Amino acid sequence: MKNRNGISRRNFIRQTGFSGIVLTIGAYLPASGKTEVTIINAKTTDKTGRELLSWISIDTSGKVTLRNHRSEMGQGTFQAIPQMIAEELEVNLDQVTIVFAPANPQKFGPQPQEGSFSVRGWYKQLLQIGASARQMLIDVAAKQWNVAASECYAENGQVIHRSSGKKLGYGLLVEEASRLTPPQNVPLKSRKDYKIIGKPLPRQDIPLKTNGTAQFGLDKKLPGMLYAMVERNPRFRGKVKRFDDSKTKAVPGVKNVFTVQRAVFGSLYEGVAVVADSLWAAMQGRKLLSVEWDDSGFDHLGTEQLATQMRENLKKPSPSEKFEVALQQAAKKMEAIYETPYQSHSCMEPLNCIAHVQDNRIDIWGPIQEANWIQADLSERMGVPKENVRVNMTFLGGGFGRKAFTDYPHEAALISKTMKAPVQVVWTREDDMRMGPFRPGAFYACKGGIDNNGHILAFQTITASQWIGQDWRPEPYPDPEPPGYNTGSMEGMVSPYCKAVPHYSFGGAGIRAAIPVMWWRSVYASTGGFACESFIDELAHEAGQDPLTFRRNHLPDKRYQALVDQLATISGWKSRGKHAGWGVAITECFGGICGHIVQVSRKTGGKLKIDKVIALIDCGWYVNPDIICAQVEGSILMGLGAAIKHATTFTDGKAVHQNFNTYDMPRITDTPEIEVHIMENEEKAGGVGEPGLPPFAPALCNAIFDLTGKRIRTLPFKLEEV
Amino acid sequence: MFTSTQSLSSSRKVAYMPAYTLAINGKKYPVNADAQMPLLWVIRELVGLTGTKYGCGMAQCGACTVHLNGAPIRSCSFPVSAVQNQPITTIEGISKDNSHPVQKAWIAEQVPQCGYCQSGQIMSAVALLKTNPHPTDEAIDAAMQGNICRCGTYPRIRKAIKKAAGTPLKTSGQ
Repeated sequence: MKNRNGISRRNFIRQTGFSGIVLTIGAYLPASGKTEVTIINAKTTDKTGRELLSWISIDTSGKVTLRNHRSEMGQGTFQAIPQMIAEELEVNLDQVTIVFAPANPQKFGPQPQEGSFSVRGWYKQLLQIGASARQMLIDVAAKQWNVAASECYAENGQVIHRSSGKKLGYGLLVEEASRLTPPQNVPLKSRKDYKIIGKPLPRQDIPLKTNGTAQFGLDKKLPGMLYAMVERNPRFRGKVKRFDDSKTKAVPGVKNVFTVQRAVFGSLYEGVAVVADSLWAAMQGRKLLSVEWDDSGFDHLGTEQLATQMRENLKKPSPSEKFEVALQQAAKKMEAIYETPYQSHSCMEPLNCIAHVQDNRIDIWGPIQEANWIQADLSERMGVPKENVRVNMTFLGGGFGRKAFTDYPHEAALISKTMKAPVQVVWTREDDMRMGPFRPGAFYACKGGIDNNGHILAFQTITASQWIGQDWRPEPYPDPEPPGYNTGSMEGMVSPYCKAVPHYSFGGAGIRAAIPVMWWRSVYASTGGFACESFIDELAHEAGQDPLTFRRNHLPDKRYQALVDQLATISGWKSRGKHAGWGVAITECFGGICGHIVQVSRKTGGKLKIDKVIALIDCGWYVNPDIICAQVEGSILMGLGAAIKHATTFTDGKAVHQNFNTYDMPRITDTPEIEVHIMENEEKAGGVGEPGLPPFAPALCNAIFDLTGKRIRTLPFKLEEV
Repeated sequence: MFTSTQSLSSSRKVAYMPAYTLAINGKKYPVNADAQMPLLWVIRELVGLTGTKYGCGMAQCGACTVHLNGAPIRSCSFPVSAVQNQPITTIEGISKDNSHPVQKAWIAEQVPQCGYCQSGQIMSAVALLKTNPHPTDEAIDAAMQGNICRCGTYPRIRKAIKKAAGTPLKTSGQ
């Protein structure tokens, strides 16, 4: 997705804490997440004199603190990261204090929060950290007892000598352990011996979120902090021509009014910042501001124009000759176009950020999804050494990709620099919803053929979209990208289809537009999954086959077949009535495979209703099944919103929807019964936060086809109008 | 109605701010606020209770829900001057130690994900159960439909309300 700050050093350090010695275990985490972890004694690496902290601290009383180094936006890292370390460390999670760690790639390795990577990217390393610390504590106890370490084991924060039953708590061992060189490659526990991994343990952040004490970005205050609101040009890429701040400056509490930039990839947007000593004064001052905008020709862009461009672009790539020849051999051929819109992230916590810029140092507090990237970006743009950019994460009131961006901290830093004070920039819902970046709309032209045995002979998808990153890639995307032949794939598609289909082909043509676009939960799988799994369903119907059996026949891979079989079992697929309104879709993204069965019916009065969603996710090795169920439930609701509730539209170069009065969100009244199941297997850990989203829209539309015979190929649509 | 913006004079930046005494969670808070200032911002910025959240500013999402005289209101769209002497309850007043049956049910069902909307959700649920101790599925949906949750915790909100009400669940979810 982008350049990562790769390498991190790690530390195993001894430092004096409030109640004695604190053992802090670190490790060298390679950026790839693939290589073995190297755990290093900090005495050899700690030459900077900086405060050094890492995942595990134990004080002399035996109190264990585990640090979650990743942002918590609802997806459960606050529980899942400590749950993994605690398992190997042999401590009871009930007795552990969990705290946030600030951004520090030197101590924690990369800390981005995207791609459903928190567990799947780092689990082996995090397990190894816990195991190494445990082994050091065991070694110290064994030495004190003058017995072999192999005669001892650890349990519940203590080391126990097996034959004599002697025990020593971690608090009594920690000082000596902190002088040892951490052992490498300590054997990890086998899955059958897990005490806490794989259990639905309650999340420790939840009690903070039921009594109002969880601190989100907007709740953070600093002494002497000022507040800013920014009136940004509503037209994308527009500038400020001039502004009249006479009324604004007369508002008591307003300190300053000035033009400020917002960097969105390579483009600089402009707005006028109103800074005041209270949020209310900043709000009032902003209302009285009069701005004349320089729209520089960016005032003509609209949704229909974008759609026309995408439809045209579907025709641009020249055909693959090999594919066309193969398609001609098909007994039955079909074509279909699927259209998906732009979407806003609409996190419940609107964007906000505190920046405090001092001479050669920047401090950031806020709902941050991309801590290291912000560090690097601010360092570059503000000319401050990276290690002097300190990014502190609060809880995030939703993220979904939007808070994995650098625009809002950068804007706050610019304002703070001018004001020479800590400043909190607060976005209104309207600011948040209309400024973007948005999920790009994407259109798909699918083409396929069935042979005489009802098997897919040929399958092609051409994608037309505004490519994410078109603004910041050094080299342009090949445009149009001619369809390949038996190479490549499409986002969201279950990978073994390509093994079963003898002739397949993928191509595309990007549109260029002034609309800022970026990743949105499950990224292109959220749109590609709809096209692919709708078209597979159309092909199944054309072949006269059961849609689930048809998919199984095209998935020559035991893992995927097991998922199909389990989906059939848990849903009672085979015993459903004819045209009962059942639809299925299976997609794959970010290391997770997920199948949904959606059931629809007509209510008395004739309106369609979604009765039930049965979801089955295969994410391989996993940490906390209840968090997985919650993530899939949430993904279904977010997918439901994008399918039948809302879309971001544009007119005159501006986003139309600004608040929830017109951007219709899924509510409790839209919520079907949801049942989530998890596959049990020996596969490596996969993603959880995103894979549950893409199958919903196609499964819903396939269910509607099953009930009504009507194919829906454009999202969103109104359920009550079908 | 006198507001700070009407009171401006470029030479003297002094605004008349009416004084109010708010009764929040059983405690009196004297504040000086613009009469039109929404109760949400008074609670968050002047009183300093940040459990009540800003979500939309136009009574569409319910994140700012508090109780006025025991009834749920959207504090983002309720001017402080309209409060008068009526008692206010915020999430902090439900219980600090999560001992309220609704909070207990929320924890038991592991409802929150990001958690940002949950103060408002809990305030709506507490108000519902006060007037309707054993709500039907339809009554739950009707009472909660003003509260948006982007994380999609609605299935668990339903279960938690039933649990708090002691109502047996119609179907077992997972």
